[in-house]
Amino acid sequence: MAKIAKMVAQRLALGLLTLFVVSLIIFLGVELLPGDLAEAILGQSATPETVAAFRRELKLDLPPHERYIAWLADILRGDLGRSLANQREISELIGVRFANTLFLAAVAAIISVPLAVTLGVLAALYRNSFYDRAVNVVTLSSISFPEFFVAYILILFLAVQGGIFPSISNVSPGLDFWDRVYRVILPALTLTLVVVAHMMRMTRASIINLLASPYIEMANLKGLSRTRIIVHHALPNALAPIINVIVINLAYLVVGVVIVEVVFVYPGLGQLFVDSVIRRDIPVVQASCLVFAATYILLNLTADVLSILSNPRLLHPK
Amino acid sequence: MKQLYYYCKLLECGKISRRDFMGRALALGATTALASSMAAQAVKAATPKKGGKLRLGIGHGSTTDTLDPATYENLYIQCVGGAIHNKLTEVSNTGGLVPELAESWEPTPDAKVWAFKLRKGVEFHNGKTLDAEDVVASINHHRGEESKSAAKPIVDPIEDVKADGKDTVVFTMKSGNADFPFIVSDYHLAIMPSKDGKVDALSGVGASGYTLDKFEPGVRTALKRFPNYWKTNRAHFDEGEFLAIVDVTARTNALTTGEIDAMDRVDIKTAHLLARNRNVKIVETSGTAHYTFAMRTDTAPFDNNDVRLALKYALDRKALLQSVLRGHGVVGNDHPIGRSNRYHADELPQRVYDIDKAKFHLKKAGHSSLKVDLSAADAAFAGAVDAAVLYKEHAAKAGIEINVVREPNDGYWSNVWLKKPWCAVYWGGRPTEDWMFSTAYADGAPWNDTFWKHDRFNKLLIQARAELDETKRREMYVEMQRIVSDEGGVVVPMFNNYVMGLSSKVQHDEMGSNWSLDGFRALERWWFA
Repeated sequence: MAKIAKMVAQRLALGLLTLFVVSLIIFLGVELLPGDLAEAILGQSATPETVAAFRRELKLDLPPHERYIAWLADILRGDLGRSLANQREISELIGVRFANTLFLAAVAAIISVPLAVTLGVLAALYRNSFYDRAVNVVTLSSISFPEFFVAYILILFLAVQGGIFPSISNVSPGLDFWDRVYRVILPALTLTLVVVAHMMRMTRASIINLLASPYIEMANLKGLSRTRIIVHHALPNALAPIINVIVINLAYLVVGVVIVEVVFVYPGLGQLFVDSVIRRDIPVVQASCLVFAATYILLNLTADVLSILSNPRLLHPK
Repeated sequence: MKQLYYYCKLLECGKISRRDFMGRALALGATTALASSMAAQAVKAATPKKGGKLRLGIGHGSTTDTLDPATYENLYIQCVGGAIHNKLTEVSNTGGLVPELAESWEPTPDAKVWAFKLRKGVEFHNGKTLDAEDVVASINHHRGEESKSAAKPIVDPIEDVKADGKDTVVFTMKSGNADFPFIVSDYHLAIMPSKDGKVDALSGVGASGYTLDKFEPGVRTALKRFPNYWKTNRAHFDEGEFLAIVDVTARTNALTTGEIDAMDRVDIKTAHLLARNRNVKIVETSGTAHYTFAMRTDTAPFDNNDVRLALKYALDRKALLQSVLRGHGVVGNDHPIGRSNRYHADELPQRVYDIDKAKFHLKKAGHSSLKVDLSAADAAFAGAVDAAVLYKEHAAKAGIEINVVREPNDGYWSNVWLKKPWCAVYWGGRPTEDWMFSTAYADGAPWNDTFWKHDRFNKLLIQARAELDETKRREMYVEMQRIVSDEGGVVVPMFNNYVMGLSSKVQHDEMGSNWSLDGFRALERWWFA
């Protein structure tokens, strides 16, 4: 256990370093884009004087390194700052949006992870059967279509023609839990269709991989049923790769869903991020990136810890 | 039955009389009782009814939106502004100017000093009573060195604004301006309550019929009816909800599934399909919004008027209107004044696609062939690149080779517009001729995107601005439109319509065409049947 604690501490420290590098790269990236917030907001109505006044007020006239250092100093004090565009607290802006994103990711994960693992185990169990092929074809097709297409198909059948679910996920603070679930079902289903294939295939592959091992052969020779062999003997040993691929997909559900957000008008973090990049609202871009990067780092860390816990050889090294 | 329903709609819109309706309905086999009850219902729908919650899906909106009217940037926040703020004057739904917070106004004979008398007893959402100081502070919010207001150029001609007692505000202009009352109807110039000579622009407190309940930028805005609103025949809904739905398919789906009651910017490619839905009606208004191709007249070869004329004749406007706007617009005549403007010159001949004339002017300019770059991006207007490519095809027949340069959408207005010699531009248009010309055609105006200088035009502009005699003004503006059309640096292929989709239960009067969604006033002007 002490080893795990040490590893977690090490990884967290490295994670902080990663966050720093990420923030630097993002800052430079946004600086390289043409135009700045003043020009983006004023658009066609920009005149040299108003742009200059805008820049003075937001301190955009300072050189980039000074702005970056000021931002970093604020972050180290735990202050995300204010949006340049509308002077709102970034922590507030991101807080609500991130909660929405997590909620959608959670609903999608609750549907997709058990579904994928079950389908995968069954596919391994009935390898090369009609079921195995069918489930492969269906999941691979759903991952091959672009997300917006899957989304529009679901909207067409379940919202426009079926009238079962709303076509837009209009959630607002103060909505009760089940109402909220009802409104995010369509985006969650879309995401499920997009991520299931990856997890299902990995589950199937890593179990089949183990089926050639001597201890499985031994179990076979003992006369155990196939179900018992797969669920009891193969699955626990296949957990490490499965956990890793599940975590990658969870991270995707948090950070990669902007298209689904747009199609379903869901107020998540992705939309906030895209808006801020378009308007060059650097502090918001930075803060969103930190949230995204931290999500990846923490989820990867979780995956590693779980892999170690699931593998006695790593948990108790000689 | 479908036919009957159609007539019913016509009656509702006032396009046919009750007598016509009865005749047609009976001809279709309806009983007299049914027909007359349908007619009664349709007519009843035209008298505003109170109550309900209007849900608008708007194709704009960003998380960076701010409540400060100085930096209203897109249609979404402009509609929010239209719902929470009143101005001194209002461009009514029929296009005329009507008093709003100002009760009346009086110019000096040279149109240089304007005294606005304020309406008495108007209450802001925070309980404060409107007085002259509020107006002064609200206007000054856009003026001065430190102003970052998009409206700064339009308040620049104001030399001084001061209160004269509690109910009168006096504006002194740098030079006479007969259209000044129109200018103060601009959506930026919202009147907000002041404190110590300053307004809190981010508070969202106004003097309109709806108070801001919740504002989540880029997502939704909740509005509640303000019980003490001074207008009695407006603000019929109890509540409003504006959703930012940028994706046009999502917006259309939301309308057809009843998630919203109205949407703007219908996808014109599928508008005819949407119109088949019985619960939806498509409404179009044609206003002052238009597309242009602006040539820098200070740069060769566009410094030669014959080259410009050759290019103007080398474009098939009708084809462009049909393919880029699918007919949802009207062709332009190379000047920026729309048919809804007061002094639109109907008498000017419409410029048409004429290869011979194009060749003639090209030859007169001393060219046998011509090669020019045209910069375009969809940031200029939706379909700008397509329009440029079509232009290239049309012009090729006249021996003009247009090289279409596809520019990035990002930073189009800062890096391409006003910089490249020839580029595609979008103009929302202005309610008055003077405003439009002073913004984009006057010598030295910051947005004179053709860098055009015409002495006669500039002289007329100043004369017409201070002229209070209607007939004389009209003559001057017609002449100016002719000058721009024949000698200006701008190709105006078309004026685009605002195309909106409304649920059939939404009722409205004649719809304002100065801006989309009834001049941003949908919430205040519409009602449910």
